[in-house]
Amino acid sequence: MGLAKRIIPCLDCDNGRVVKGVRFVDIRDAGDPVEVSKRYCDAGADEITFLDITASHEERATTVETVGAIAARVFIPLTVGGGIRKLDDIRVMLNAGADKVAINTAAVFDPSFVRAAAERFGSQCIVVAVDAKQVEDGARPRWEIFTHGGRKPTGIDAVQWCGRMVDYGAGEILLTSMDRDGTKTGFDNRLNRAVSGAVRVPVIASGGVGTLEHLAEGVIEGGVDAVLAASIFHFHEFTIAQAKQHMASRGIEVRQAQR
Amino acid sequence: MSTVAVIDYGMGNLHSVAKAVEHVGRELAIGIKVDVTAQPRKIAAADRVIFPGVGAIRDCMAEIRRLNVGEMVAEAMQTKPVLAICVGMQALMEHSEENGGVDCLGLVPGEVRHFGDELRGAAGTRLKVPHMGWNEVRQARGHPLWEGVPDRSRFYFVHSYYVRTAGIATGVSTYGKEFVSAFADRNIFATQFHPEKSQTAGLRLLGNFLRWAGE
Repeated sequence: MGLAKRIIPCLDCDNGRVVKGVRFVDIRDAGDPVEVSKRYCDAGADEITFLDITASHEERATTVETVGAIAARVFIPLTVGGGIRKLDDIRVMLNAGADKVAINTAAVFDPSFVRAAAERFGSQCIVVAVDAKQVEDGARPRWEIFTHGGRKPTGIDAVQWCGRMVDYGAGEILLTSMDRDGTKTGFDNRLNRAVSGAVRVPVIASGGVGTLEHLAEGVIEGGVDAVLAASIFHFHEFTIAQAKQHMASRGIEVRQAQR
Repeated sequence: MSTVAVIDYGMGNLHSVAKAVEHVGRELAIGIKVDVTAQPRKIAAADRVIFPGVGAIRDCMAEIRRLNVGEMVAEAMQTKPVLAICVGMQALMEHSEENGGVDCLGLVPGEVRHFGDELRGAAGTRLKVPHMGWNEVRQARGHPLWEGVPDRSRFYFVHSYYVRTAGIATGVSTYGKEFVSAFADRNIFATQFHPEKSQTAGLRLLGNFLRWAGE
């Protein structure tokens, strides 16, 4: 037995509460992030990802407090994303107890920020979050990077971009399909396979999970190292334990919850 | 009240380690004071020392040398339990091939090697580097820090380099190749994985460290 594929519940947080936007609108409340994190950790989650979806300046203090409270109770890796734009934002989150930060828009506007971040804090804590949308179909599909919650195209090829981010020092890629996010129709596994085959670092698939089989497909068809999901866990459709059990039944190596 | 010094040489996030040790102290009702510090006096006075580390070895070694951390660790190893984690473990060795080759502290015989760019799994699949996530640790021999930790428990790893050393392994893991994921030598216990991020098994190991008298 070797390295287990990871299941990462994602907490999208708005002003101190867990929410889940379907295609970034229609936001539903799913509870207190500290309680939710603890519940997932006890159920066998391999990591927790915390995304601050508003990240306005005033709410920054709330986020830092929440991250600190999660880190004091949950002893598995914690990634924090949303509004990470400066080296100081990273320092503040790591000091609050985050283990990794996810850089998204700031990387698109200033790719050298990723290099500076990796040099200062180490690649092991720099995750680059990539929001990709399919722009060409057929035999040679293409995906582009979109910003602003999937509204603004950038013209940047997503697969090439991921390779460049790894060259700059990204230790992991969090890959979200904007076409699938919130749809519950499954991952875009052609995208996952294209990126996972192109980079040497681990890839986390995100966007579109509606069933447990979708999680397994991400690993089997998409070739990813970790799968991220939010709403199927938040609204008690499935537990993390059920997700692990299902993946194991499909021949995927997973870590069983510890007592 | 016993004190645990977490050596802070400015490299990365020590809050996770400090928080986990404080949590374990509370759970076990052991009065613990955790000091995140680079002051030789505090480290010398502590009952136990944790030598952590993340990031690139060249930068870590530069700070370790600048702050004289090697001397503090060497001295601590003579008299009290020391837990080295991740790059802390690697820094104890003689040499690392990271960053084009870096001399380390040489407090433990052995070297640090890269996993390689063409690492393959059992089925011939290409393995990602860094080795990131939960892997099994087989307990190569008994040790007080393994007490109550089931053999082949999974721990959280994140690293691209691994330690090669002979005769002192307490834990072995497999990622493309078999490597030493923990070793022990008299007062020192070192782990490539992060016990502070390894939930139940990791917290148990930290609890055992708080109760271990060394040697």
